[in-house]
Amino acid sequence: MSKFKKKAEVKQEIPTSSMPDVVFMLLFFFMVTTQLRKTSIEVKQQIPRAGQLRKLERKTLVTNLYIGEPTKAVYGKEPKIQANDVFIDTNDIIRWVNEEKSKLAEFERDQLTISLKVDKDTKRGIIADVETELRKGNARKILYTALDNADPKKN
Amino acid sequence: MARATPEIPNASMADIAFLLLTFFLVTTTINNDRGLSIGLPPPPDPNQDVEVKMQEKNIFKIQVNSTDALLIEGEPMEDVSGLKDMIKKFVTNKGIDPASSESPEKAIVSFKTDRGTSHKRFVEILDIVQGAYYDIYAEQAGVSNKEFREAASALADPEKKAIYERGKKDIPMNISIAEPTKVGN
Repeated sequence: MSKFKKKAEVKQEIPTSSMPDVVFMLLFFFMVTTQLRKTSIEVKQQIPRAGQLRKLERKTLVTNLYIGEPTKAVYGKEPKIQANDVFIDTNDIIRWVNEEKSKLAEFERDQLTISLKVDKDTKRGIIADVETELRKGNARKILYTALDNADPKKN
Repeated sequence: MARATPEIPNASMADIAFLLLTFFLVTTTINNDRGLSIGLPPPPDPNQDVEVKMQEKNIFKIQVNSTDALLIEGEPMEDVSGLKDMIKKFVTNKGIDPASSESPEKAIVSFKTDRGTSHKRFVEILDIVQGAYYDIYAEQAGVSNKEFREAASALADPEKKAIYERGKKDIPMNISIAEPTKVGN
């Protein structure tokens, strides 16, 4: 019996003194990785799924174009193209591409990659128009953003 | 008599840290830009109308109409699960079957959609076509498909670049995405 009694006397507390350190470490991790979104996306964004995904090498060379049906009814039902914070027309794409290129260093301009974030219900027509303009604007590296098939979360 | 030592109460520090942590946890969107990467052809030259003649047997035709129905080499197809193997067989034919491609360099996968085709279907088919090519590359490089795609995304690393080049050797990814037809819009 005495043996058991002895055991019961042992303190059974989890040391909490290092908890703030752990929490701070996590905090710093999230502070560093967080990117506050600068633009609010105003088109529907249900990204399609695919399996053969490729990562982008350098994020600084990437700019996004969002295509989809507007989320606000005032803009109508037709799919629209959003660049940065505004809706643009297909005719403006060349100018937009040149603006984006001017933000990059000269030797990197031809490596600009356009990430097309297209809602899955969008029709091919508008996307093909965008592609034609991008070809004219000489921004020919394209990524159709997609979610991983094997990844069950999201959507 | 000991002086009263001024101290900042730090019992609540953990609480504050937790609060901040929760804030960043909620606002974080870890940006993972991944997707299907393609290169567009150069813009068409209006002064030059080049009619390129290709032999019919070197082209693998995929057509999708405005209702997302699929036509493979002129034959309707419901189930896409066999498509990947068909493309792999077509690309790596190397003239064995006289009705199929002569060599991987000459083999072209032509993908034509309609303006009414949904983006979802487009991505689904493009995924299969690229998957077929990546499988071939991975096999040639002696790595798994996933490893090959990772190597292709990290060409700054000489070791990865070697894998990438070994895999792509003599087999260009000839995927032609044609201008869509105008039935549905």
